[in-house]
Amino acid sequence: MCAICGCGALGDHTHASGDHAHGLPIEFGAKLAAVHIPGWSQERTIRIERAILDKNDALAEINRSRLRSADVFALNFVSSPGSGKTSLLVRTIADLLSRRPIAVIEGDQQTSLDADRIRAAGAPAVQLNTGNGCHLDAHMVAHSLDKLSLVPGSLLFIENVGNLVCPAAFDLGEAHKVLVLSVTEGEDKPLKYPNMFAAADLMLLNKTDLLPHLDFDMQACAAAARRVNPTIDILPVSARTGAGLGAFYDWIDARHLSQALAI
Amino acid sequence: MLESIIETVEEEHRKQPFNRVRMIRLKLGALATVAPDSLRFCFPIIAGGSVAEGAQLEIDTVQGAGWCEDCRASIALTERYGPCPVCHGERIHMTSGDELQLTEIEVE
Repeated sequence: MCAICGCGALGDHTHASGDHAHGLPIEFGAKLAAVHIPGWSQERTIRIERAILDKNDALAEINRSRLRSADVFALNFVSSPGSGKTSLLVRTIADLLSRRPIAVIEGDQQTSLDADRIRAAGAPAVQLNTGNGCHLDAHMVAHSLDKLSLVPGSLLFIENVGNLVCPAAFDLGEAHKVLVLSVTEGEDKPLKYPNMFAAADLMLLNKTDLLPHLDFDMQACAAAARRVNPTIDILPVSARTGAGLGAFYDWIDARHLSQALAI
Repeated sequence: MLESIIETVEEEHRKQPFNRVRMIRLKLGALATVAPDSLRFCFPIIAGGSVAEGAQLEIDTVQGAGWCEDCRASIALTERYGPCPVCHGERIHMTSGDELQLTEIEVE
């Protein structure tokens, strides 16, 4: 087969003129002259030079402009498993749902347990099961958006798969990544998983009601997070008692306003 | 990530036909969120049945580097946001080591 145009046996045509029917202005004789022109020999190298996550990033931008034009403020919640993301969302829904519509996309490897909890709290939820996948990507979120009615002025919470590594690399089209770190984890987590802390705009230090029982050093944790990400906002909260959540809701309002004004 | 790579190769195949892919070359930062060994392990599974089946996966590693504000010099970085190996300062801007790129493919 002709390696240039893929149109049958080599002997059938010669590509002799520069006016090639397929719009390729190059002499086929290059190979016969034993000159290697990258991209045109039968065994050839095709330069691509593209970011591996190019497609994800392009889809994420589509999601982002779709959300912005619908005036939906989307947050991507990332954390290790067990930090209390779902409890935090359930509490936030209970506190804010009377003020504004909220929808949730729940990512887990399997089960619809989390989406069931969100629906029980009164918000519509789409459960995404990634199977063996360890993160959500922009393509999955795009399809989830089709299933939700995007109400202007509403909040969209995307709960990523519990994993402090891979979700850092996948833009979903959210306005911000919110990292939930519970005080039962270690204060050195930001240094051990720097990519995620670098990608987040807000760190919620959850389960602060347990602090009296722990040796967790809040200052050391904040210092570690700021070393990785000097501009990260940090708010201590307890999804269980509600402590600190007012500041989180103010943060949401302020950032949503910034997004609305940026259009 | 491998699926994304194979998808890009398939796209290239639709643009300019070739019979098979001999080699796929990636450029990966040493401090990026990817383990090269895992990619190598999974590659034959993901590539199976695609135009890239049987291709060799070549990975060029880009070492981590940064600019130290205090030394006013480029330094080697072995961990993201690690301290400067010369002055132990922490005012470092990472300049490389984060790459995740599909560089080129060799086809026939």
